[in-house]
Amino acid sequence: MNEYPTEYVKKQYVENEITPGREETGAEIISNWLSEKFFMGLTLREYLKTLITPLNFVAGIIVAVGMFLIFQRFLFGLETVTEASNEQPWGLFLSWGLFSGVPFSASGFVIGTAVYIFGLKKYQPIVKNAILLGFLGYLFAVIFLMIDLGRPWRIYYPMFISFGTASVMFLVAWHVALYLSVQFLEFAPSTLAWLGWKNVRKIAVSMTLALTIFGVMLSTLHQSALSAMFLLAPGKLHPLWYTSYLPWLAFISSIGGALSLVIVVTKLTQVFMKNRADSHYLSNLDDITISLGRAAAFVLFTYVGLRLISVIHEGSWKYLNSPFGYWFLVEILILGIVPFLFLYGVQKKNVRLVQYSAALTMLGIVMNRFNISLIAFNWKLPDRGLFYWKEVLVVMAVVTIEILVYRWVVNRMPVLRQHPDYIGDEH
Amino acid sequence: MVTRRNFLKIGGSLIALSVAGSSIVKASEDFEGNPDRFGMLSDMTRCIGCRRCEAACNKSNKLPPPKTSFEDTSVFEKKRKPYVADVQAYTAVNRYEVEGKTVFRKVQCMHCDEPACASACPVGALKKSPEGPVVWNDKVCIGCRYCIIACPFYVPAFEYSSAFDPKIQKCFMCYQQRIAKGLVPACAEACPVEAITFGKRSDLIKQAWLRIWDNPDKYIDHIYGEKEAGGTGWLYISGVPFSKLDFQMDVGTTSYPKYTKDFLSMVNLTLVSWPALLGGFYLASHKSHTDQDGKSDEEGDKQ
Repeated sequence: MNEYPTEYVKKQYVENEITPGREETGAEIISNWLSEKFFMGLTLREYLKTLITPLNFVAGIIVAVGMFLIFQRFLFGLETVTEASNEQPWGLFLSWGLFSGVPFSASGFVIGTAVYIFGLKKYQPIVKNAILLGFLGYLFAVIFLMIDLGRPWRIYYPMFISFGTASVMFLVAWHVALYLSVQFLEFAPSTLAWLGWKNVRKIAVSMTLALTIFGVMLSTLHQSALSAMFLLAPGKLHPLWYTSYLPWLAFISSIGGALSLVIVVTKLTQVFMKNRADSHYLSNLDDITISLGRAAAFVLFTYVGLRLISVIHEGSWKYLNSPFGYWFLVEILILGIVPFLFLYGVQKKNVRLVQYSAALTMLGIVMNRFNISLIAFNWKLPDRGLFYWKEVLVVMAVVTIEILVYRWVVNRMPVLRQHPDYIGDEH
Repeated sequence: MVTRRNFLKIGGSLIALSVAGSSIVKASEDFEGNPDRFGMLSDMTRCIGCRRCEAACNKSNKLPPPKTSFEDTSVFEKKRKPYVADVQAYTAVNRYEVEGKTVFRKVQCMHCDEPACASACPVGALKKSPEGPVVWNDKVCIGCRYCIIACPFYVPAFEYSSAFDPKIQKCFMCYQQRIAKGLVPACAEACPVEAITFGKRSDLIKQAWLRIWDNPDKYIDHIYGEKEAGGTGWLYISGVPFSKLDFQMDVGTTSYPKYTKDFLSMVNLTLVSWPALLGGFYLASHKSHTDQDGKSDEEGDKQ
């Protein structure tokens, strides 16, 4: 995934150096600035050449197909790319983009709280990455929502035009909008360090604590609200998933999901983005992974405990011996085994096992959100389509764009490393 | 001065605040809608399946012409929903053979007293009008389709084929074109056998019970909609069990907005508790931090 080796960059920097004793022209200043900030120190042509790689080629095809379908959707209606069902109005776009995407995006507030509020400096190396992942997760959740909304040009209506205060979705709309802004500001210190705007950055850094607390407030509510939306459909959601505990289960599992995402992405950056990271980041990762695994084990034990209690509380045991019951057992088995795997991995200091457990946890949480919003929803209806194959292509394209944006940012901004000018003022 | 009485008052209000959720929910059980709101009574022992209500509905709402004529009874061979994908109809009549009898059931929006769709709508586009119909505001709808998720009767439908002006479609009880002008909804007017009666909901319930009491052998002892989902504007009486006519028997008698009220009442509590808790944690950890290595911190600042 690397765009080119580091030595190459250094060489290019030297070659592009302005001959001393001559004043730069305006055009040169601009082209140098563009080269430094956007083209990784290369000229535009050289930069474009570095983009031609097999992986980028595959990504390009996926994005092109997806963009074509999205184009179609906006010109000819949702019918062209979705199941267009009046029984199952929400499909993959929301099940994946919103209901699965948002819980993992809790990474920003989970690690942010640990570092900025509890003062756990140990997690300092990964906090910027966690916030970036959170921000992008929310940004792309909104993008998925824009694709799915019937009238996306009115997305701001719940905020400014008309207020449905009795609606859980009204709450979600407000909180996702606010939290997206909060995460943008939380990540601003890295962006501003990249741009070199030192004074503005100082203001951004000084807001960190307030933003983090605000982020926790917003996250608690909308993480839980996403599942609470289904409280309104007691007859439609299968009793093994419908429980009055839904909001709190969603909140707790989002913390477990966020920890798992951070563990998995940390591993991926170690492999694919190594030349964008500094030793401060790389040398601490194993230790951090073990600690995150310990936290994840604790959170997931709580989750699974509460989940089992919810089944007893609602008296839905009787459904266990049915197809949906078996499907429920698969989900609970995955989420039930991961805390033990985490714990074992932590005890044996087996970083790899912790990483695999994290990946398995992510699978379990995606399953859980898919079950609530799609699979176990409308369980009584005899024949129903869950989603249309074109939805899969759109989801793949948007996820690919998300990864490309992430790579673009990490390649340029100090995310996996500390910016040399700002070491020590990271709060 | 804090007297015992005042103390109890303060304590009481604090407890009230902390259980605000349940008290709001209690309030919702006594629905305070317009007592004169309208409803419809559908007497399924009278319906002959002529489909004139469907035709009248189509005309009154200026809906596109149907695939086959409204006199065609072959449509009864399949169970139709008022909306499947983009079939443009606000209502449909289905035929059932139950206990040797042929029974027809008209399907359309139930016009709940406390609609799930209205409490789902993030922009308040769907509302229970004082007159009774559940209406929809084209000007604010964002097309999120949470109303479709929420409706226990599978009524609202969305125009998936429209990219620039997709509408939520359902029966509006002819609110704008007839009720607002003092006219009876088109289907009730068109019915040749008075199987559909339009009137004040409270009157209709009395009328329905009178019919049941006068002919206890003819009717089932139940008005569907009197209590279902907290009460609906559309009421049905039948000679055969409702469960055999595809009526939703799992909707219960709780009004749907109640299911999310508990959660929504937690919002303020959370907004207040977190800053207090986390601010406290921060101050506590910050203090002990400077106590332990205050010096090195100062040095760090100088750099």
